[in-house]
Amino acid sequence: MSSKEQVVQSILEVAREMNESLARRIEIERGEDAPLFGKEGVLDSLGLVSFIVAVEQTLDESLGVTVMLADVRAVSQRASPFRTVGALADYVVAQMTGQHE
Amino acid sequence: MSDSVTVVTGSRKGIGRFLAEHALAAGGIVVGCSRDESDLRHDHYEHCRVDISDESAVIQFFSNVRKKHGRVDHLINCAGVASMNHSLLTPGKSFRAIYETNVFGTFYCSREAAKLMQKRHYGRIVNFSTVAVPLKLDGEAAYVSSKAAVVALTEVMARELAPFGITVNALGPTPIDTDLIRGVPKDRIDTLVGRQAIPRLGTFDDVANVIDFFLSCDSGFITGQTAYLGGV
Repeated sequence: MSSKEQVVQSILEVAREMNESLARRIEIERGEDAPLFGKEGVLDSLGLVSFIVAVEQTLDESLGVTVMLADVRAVSQRASPFRTVGALADYVVAQMTGQHE
Repeated sequence: MSDSVTVVTGSRKGIGRFLAEHALAAGGIVVGCSRDESDLRHDHYEHCRVDISDESAVIQFFSNVRKKHGRVDHLINCAGVASMNHSLLTPGKSFRAIYETNVFGTFYCSREAAKLMQKRHYGRIVNFSTVAVPLKLDGEAAYVSSKAAVVALTEVMARELAPFGITVNALGPTPIDTDLIRGVPKDRIDTLVGRQAIPRLGTFDDVANVIDFFLSCDSGFITGQTAYLGGV
């Protein structure tokens, strides 16, 4: 089982790559607190789609983990699991361990 | 098409088989899938056993395609099931099974293919509907309504995927001489065909003609459309 730290590193790797094409960059130096989507986030809804797909593919390639990061709360400002790197990592780990409903 | 990767669902027989061979003749790599093994042999063809109504299996299938080929250029959602039954005599279980393949399966495959396509900002998705939708064919409520859902899915996904350079279109064939209509009484087929502007059965070539148009690199401005054959 992959640790949360490995998941965080995979997500930050995607953010690093994505920053090369973003006008306003994801603050990866903030680690788990780096905002992705929502009030402080830098991703718009299309950017979020590309980001989530890239995270799915990176997790599959680097950790051998197949997860489906679709969620009806995706674009919710308060409850979105994609608010920050840390929230996304928690969501990924929950998916991996089957805790998510 | 020489280095393109085309995924064809339902490629073991019927229209799917024909379109897989058609794509191979054009020179690309074709990855086909169906619930059973295929006897199609070609250097550029690979076949996977996948039940497209199984979400996990579809995710795994496209993950394997990504690892092996790194891309998908075209997805042809051919896999489908039909059922003739009066709505008052259709069990919920049958209705659900038809939706699981025709609607959910088309959705799962489109979603996973689009994930690969969006990275290269290019893709073509073609879904299968039927002339039975605009003709409002009675006696096939589950099948016709599922294919109407495919049209709606095509129209909405076309808008959602346009920013990623992906087009989504659908084809609505007339009856064609395949397994799908073999169990349908001849008089019903004759009645249906008689309602077309051009009253004849369709051919695989009629289908391939429209598919080629939708898949063409030059068709980047064509999306969210359903082309019905036979003049319906």
